[in-house]
Parts: sequence; C-alpha cells; structure tokens
Amino acid sequence: MKERILFYTRFERFWHWAQALLIILLLITGFDLHGSYNILPFGEAVTLHNQLAWLLIGLTAFAIFWHLTTGQWKQYIPTLDKATEVVCFYSRDIFKGGQNPVKKDVDSKLNPMQRITYLLLKVVLFPLQLITGLLYLYSSELGITMELSTVAYLHTIGSFAFLAFLIIHVYLATTGHTVLAHFKAMVTGWEEIEEEKPEPSSSVQ
Amino acid sequence: MDSKGLNFSCVKCHTSTEHEIEGRFYSMPATTTHELAMPKDNPSRIACESCHSMRPHKTDPKLNDHTARIACETCHVPIFALKKPTLVTWDWSTAGKFKEGHKYIVKKDELGMVSYHTKKGDLGWAKNVTPEYDWFNGVITHVEVTDTIDDSRPVRMTVIHGDQNDPQSRITPFKIFRGKQIYDAGNKTLVVPKLFGPKGSGAYWNDFDWQESVAAGQKAAGQQFSGELGFVETEYLRPVAHMIPPKEKSLSCEDCHSRNGRLKNLTGFYIPGRDYSAILDRFGWLSCLALLVLVGLHGGLRIMTSKRRN
Repeated sequence: MKERILFYTRFERFWHWAQALLIILLLITGFDLHGSYNILPFGEAVTLHNQLAWLLIGLTAFAIFWHLTTGQWKQYIPTLDKATEVVCFYSRDIFKGGQNPVKKDVDSKLNPMQRITYLLLKVVLFPLQLITGLLYLYSSELGITMELSTVAYLHTIGSFAFLAFLIIHVYLATTGHTVLAHFKAMVTGWEEIEEEKPEPSSSVQ
Repeated sequence: MDSKGLNFSCVKCHTSTEHEIEGRFYSMPATTTHELAMPKDNPSRIACESCHSMRPHKTDPKLNDHTARIACETCHVPIFALKKPTLVTWDWSTAGKFKEGHKYIVKKDELGMVSYHTKKGDLGWAKNVTPEYDWFNGVITHVEVTDTIDDSRPVRMTVIHGDQNDPQSRITPFKIFRGKQIYDAGNKTLVVPKLFGPKGSGAYWNDFDWQESVAAGQKAAGQQFSGELGFVETEYLRPVAHMIPPKEKSLSCEDCHSRNGRLKNLTGFYIPGRDYSAILDRFGWLSCLALLVLVGLHGGLRIMTSKRRN
C-alpha cells in the first residue's frame, strides 16, 4: 500500500528549483566567458554571471537561515547506516527490480550517499566557488596579492565538480518508482511512499 | 582634431611652460603620472587621464579596473592610419636598380604611394593598421651607432622599457616599422651612410655604391668601419597615442578576452577568456563525458532488465 505525504515544503521546492536554475545558468555563462564556447559576448557573459552569482548568494543566505531555524541541517549528518545496502541497490538490485533499501521519511529524507554528497556540496563546493569567485572579482581591491590563474583554476575545478554533480543528480532522480516520480515530487511536494508501519502525524491520507 | 566637435589644436594637450613643450623627449616619458591635472593645479595635460581621470567609464565601471595595467590607447585606438597611409616597411637592400641603364625606377602601389624608388628601395604602406601590443612604462631608449647589435634576428632600434612586473607599466599599442638597412657586418654596428652630396663624394643618391657611401658617412660621423657590409632587419616601435576614434569604435571585451585575441602574444599572466589550463579543462570535460557514458550505460541496463522482467 502506498501513501502520499507532503515531502518537500514550499520553501524547499522554491529553493531547489531556483538554485537549479541559477547553477545551470552559472555553468552556461561561466564556461562561455571561460572561452569554452561563444554564446554571449564576453562582457554580457561576465555581467550575467556576476548577477546570477549574487542571486545565488542571496538564495543561499535564506537557505542557511531556513536550515538553521527549522533544524533541517540535521538531514546532512553523515551516516554509514545502510550505506552498503544503498551501494548494492544502485549497482545491482536496481537491475533486478529490487526495492530501495532506505525508506524515505520526512525526518530522514536522504540516503547515506545523498547525505555525504550534499554535505560536501554545502561545506566544500559552495564555499570554494564563493571564495574563489569573490577573490576573482575583488582580490586587488582587498589588497590580496595572488596569481589570478590560481584563483581561476580553482574556480574552474569547482565548475566541473558542479557539472559532474548535475549529471549524476539528474540521472539518479530518474530512479524513483517511476522515471518521473522524483521530479513530480520535487514540483508538487507530494511523494508516494510504500507504507510499512503507521507514519507520524505529518502524513496525510 | 575633431574639427566639428571640440576642435582641439596640438597645444591643447602639448601645453608649454617657459617654452618647454609637454611630450616625449628621446628616452624621457611624455608623462609618468596618470591622474587628473586641472589647469589650476598642473599645467601639464599630456596624458589622457589629465582630463579624463583614471576612472572615466561611467556606464560600465568594471572598465575602470583596467586603467592601472592597460593604457587608454590600447582599447581606444583599435586601428591607426585611418585616412592617410602610413609607412610600415622599408627595404633598402633593393635600392639602386635602374631602367634603360641610368633612369630611376619609380613604382606606385594601389594606395597611390611610392612602393619602389631607385634611391630608397621597396617601401610598404598600409591603412587601417592593427597595432601590436607590449608592456611599456613610458621610457624608450634607442640603439645608437656605437652599440653592438645582434644581427641574427631583427634589431629593435627602439628599446621599449617595462614589463608586467613593473607597476608603472601598462599594456600599450605600438606601430612597428620594419626595415632592412645597411650595417657594418664586421663590427656588428649600425652605420651612418652618406646619402646626398655631389657625384664622386660617396653620396649614395648620386654614386649608388654602398661601400663608398658608408665609408664616407662613417668617416664624417667619426665612426669605425670594417669594410664589410650587410643588410640587417630592424624594427622601430612607436607608441600609438593619437587618432582616437569615438568611443563606439573602441575595442570590445572579447577583442582581448578570447582565445585568439589581440593580446595572445603577451604571455605570463592570466587574462579571463584567453587563458586556461589545458590539462584541467581536458580532465574536466573528459570526466563529465565519462559520467554521461556511465549514467547512459546504467540507464540502458535498467531499461533492458526491466523489459526482461515484464
């Protein structure tokens, strides 16, 4: 028996999709001004990239506030509980029609792989891009003498890491009980979850 | 200048105090200060910044971040010699050819300029010339007739001082005049040939004998001459500081911020859009491609196995 629960709050959905849009546009404009291809003139790519960056910084500030005040930051505490099972599921059982070993619930939305990935994203990759991005723009104003190439290479590494994350993230989002299930849930907020035992009061019939 | 607008005369910028006119004087820079110079504070208004300041860009302030390392002229003189052709090459080694035994040969090019003259050799003229760029702190020294030259490559007649590590240096546009001229191949020095004078005096333009011409010229200049002659390629660099077109015609970002932009020969520092780490980029793109292949295979296998199950 399946039940539908409100899995993602309105803020989470807004945050997720706004962030997705900003990061994708940052990647497009970033690799454009990097010289990998030419869609926009350099000046416009730079202006847009910087504006998008400030929007993402603003959005992230709200998200940090939200995580701290709601206690949702605890979702990212790393765990090894069922880690082996998750690896086995994605590398073997998924091809046999097996079930995801981690049952989703609103207090623990993320499997062990997601926890560590999103934690690294938040404590390593976001700060890396933020710091190198700001240094790129303001190191001379701040009186910091460093090679621009070093800053640029680090920022480029971060961009490739974001692109790699995006590829895996979008693909893994197709591994729900239907291909589009996770996408729908992230749009509507409602996730269908296999019921085993009575759920807490947050569930809706 | 700008006859329908501000209509500047030379002395608007080349101001003078006590008959000393502002501007370049041999190795002395035209100016070393790049800051506002209002008439009441400072009579010198030779630099662009004297009137425009170091932060002249109002609509796009990011451009002001360039003024410390890039001369105004770099972007604001995208091409020079807009109206009149400018002499860009001069090959003396072909001089001294005659037609019908004794008549001068004079040829003109499609610009209407003299491209060959018996007295001068081959002359190359150009219009709408793209400058070449280098670091420059304002100081230019010259190779003198007493200096020993390296004749294995084109001789820089002007030595442009400054480099990227010198905070006074800015990337500056230059006209490069390329010549090929007579020199003392034995002593490895430039020479002073005697060009004009009566027949039999050694004057090249009458006797057309380089040996006699250089011997006479060097003697008159009080210089040594080994007797061994050759032609050496030379380059004369001249900063481009005039002929500023309206701002709409200045360079765009991507003229330099691109993989094959105008500054592609100036290496050793990072220009966004031009520079990248080839190793890093290749590794990054290959990794992402590998991930795409991996998720493609994973997805394909999922589709295949689910069909088999049903």
